[in-house]
Amino acid sequence: MREVDLAVVGAGPAGLTAAIEGAKRGCTTLVFDMNPLPGGQLIKQIHKFFGSREHRAGTRGIKIAAELLHQAESEKVEVMVGVEVYAIHDNILEVARTFAEDSPGSSLKQEATLPSRHLAIAARRIILATGGAENALNFPGWTLPGVMGAGAAQTMSNVWRVLPGERILMVGAGNVGLIVSYQLLQGGAEITAVIEATQKIGGYGVHAAKIRRAGVPILTSHTILRAEGDLRVEKAVIARVDASWQPVPGSEQELGVDTICIAVGLRPNTRLASLAGCNLHCSPRLGGWVPIHNSRMETTIPGTYVAGDLSGVEEASTALEEGRLAGICAASSLGKSAPGDDKEIAAIEERLISLRSGPFCQPRQDAKQELIEIGEVQCRKQ
Amino acid sequence: MSQAVKIRGYPSPQELENAPGYPSPERLEKGPVAVIECIEEIPCNPCEQACPQHAITIGKPITNRPHLDEDKCIGCGLCVARCPGLAIFLVDLTYGKGKASVAFPYEYLPLPEKEQTVQAVNRAGEPVCPGTVIMVQNSKVNDQTPVVTIAVPREYASEIRGIARIRKER
Repeated sequence: MREVDLAVVGAGPAGLTAAIEGAKRGCTTLVFDMNPLPGGQLIKQIHKFFGSREHRAGTRGIKIAAELLHQAESEKVEVMVGVEVYAIHDNILEVARTFAEDSPGSSLKQEATLPSRHLAIAARRIILATGGAENALNFPGWTLPGVMGAGAAQTMSNVWRVLPGERILMVGAGNVGLIVSYQLLQGGAEITAVIEATQKIGGYGVHAAKIRRAGVPILTSHTILRAEGDLRVEKAVIARVDASWQPVPGSEQELGVDTICIAVGLRPNTRLASLAGCNLHCSPRLGGWVPIHNSRMETTIPGTYVAGDLSGVEEASTALEEGRLAGICAASSLGKSAPGDDKEIAAIEERLISLRSGPFCQPRQDAKQELIEIGEVQCRKQ
Repeated sequence: MSQAVKIRGYPSPQELENAPGYPSPERLEKGPVAVIECIEEIPCNPCEQACPQHAITIGKPITNRPHLDEDKCIGCGLCVARCPGLAIFLVDLTYGKGKASVAFPYEYLPLPEKEQTVQAVNRAGEPVCPGTVIMVQNSKVNDQTPVVTIAVPREYASEIRGIARIRKER
């Protein structure tokens, strides 16, 4: 069985920075990703990032992905794409190909490097960075072709250059709903409306303003009642909701749309962490169930770490920092530290606090703090 | 904390007036100036580094709203393409002949062309009046955020913040 110092599951911002920091400190490092292309959500993020210079503000996500992959390559991190880790036990990862050999995924340049259909890898340390998953919304007609997650629409449009539809209803006015609406406009679609069940736009005002001046209405206190169509979505029926979330009779509106995108939040993708046996904690502010971890990102399973959206749904900027932290701590627990690691850890923690400040992000800081306090009790002492 | 922006999706005149990045009427009368329509406390500061005159300050914490030192601002417009939120505009009320110029980021294809007549729109995307394209900047420093400058009647300069998207011929 092949053995490595560090196995990382997920080649998004958290997984890549974790792998880079681990490899820099001399760990043999392997990264797995189930998608045909590495980079996680970054490769869909064609917009310029917020944040500060050290968080690559003003740089587009897609460029950050390219830089991280380049860095990973120069640190001799091996990235396997198109492979899925489907079980973890006793520090052994069971890995299988995600795609059949003749699927489009396997013909890409970064094709699955798995020598056989299945592989078991022994890893001294494991970092889970499996990201988030989109929440679903159920309504009559939600299984019609043309109803999809906003993230799916973004993947179609920005990664594969396929516009999912021409007239689109976006359900949810958080940052994902607003940003994806803007990007679908850029791709040439019409956004018929963005609807939001709460009384307020959840995402940043500047993202809302961009699509408003492009003529897109944002209807707060509105929900979708049903999608209609024979073989695919042909229209959506929406209505105003009252303070107790009930549709107001007579406020129904029919919108002629061919696509309905759902952007009603993300939750940590905990399936693998759960399978591996990590204790979870329910934290609504972080998106739901999250693996409990301590300040070093280590879970209740000694030697298994988490980072990024899996440890609480946040931003790419926080994922990059948490990945770094997990990578440094995992390497250090193997005796592979770099000079100045303590300073580096303190600097990362300071940047994380700064990213989690302000009215938008302070609730996450509080939730994260609570999670870490539980982790300090439940996880092994360093 | 802002309210109108969370319901309508764009700031009200009152919210803009209270924002530290929005220039005074006196400064607007003097010539080109950055108009920063960033009114929420979000963690972001590239505008601070974008300004060669150090006219924009965020400082610490990073969630501070951008403050414009309107006397230092020379109206170069370098901040317009750098704002990830596309929330900075350049307004020149002294453009001349009863016209003002308004510059805004425009990340759609096809781009308008110089001297083209375009439909100027307000913050809600509603048509206000025709405008004439003066300039389309899309150099390397824009990093694929082109900045379009249009001339419009002076009285509409405070409400016009973009143009109707130009649709490709099908």
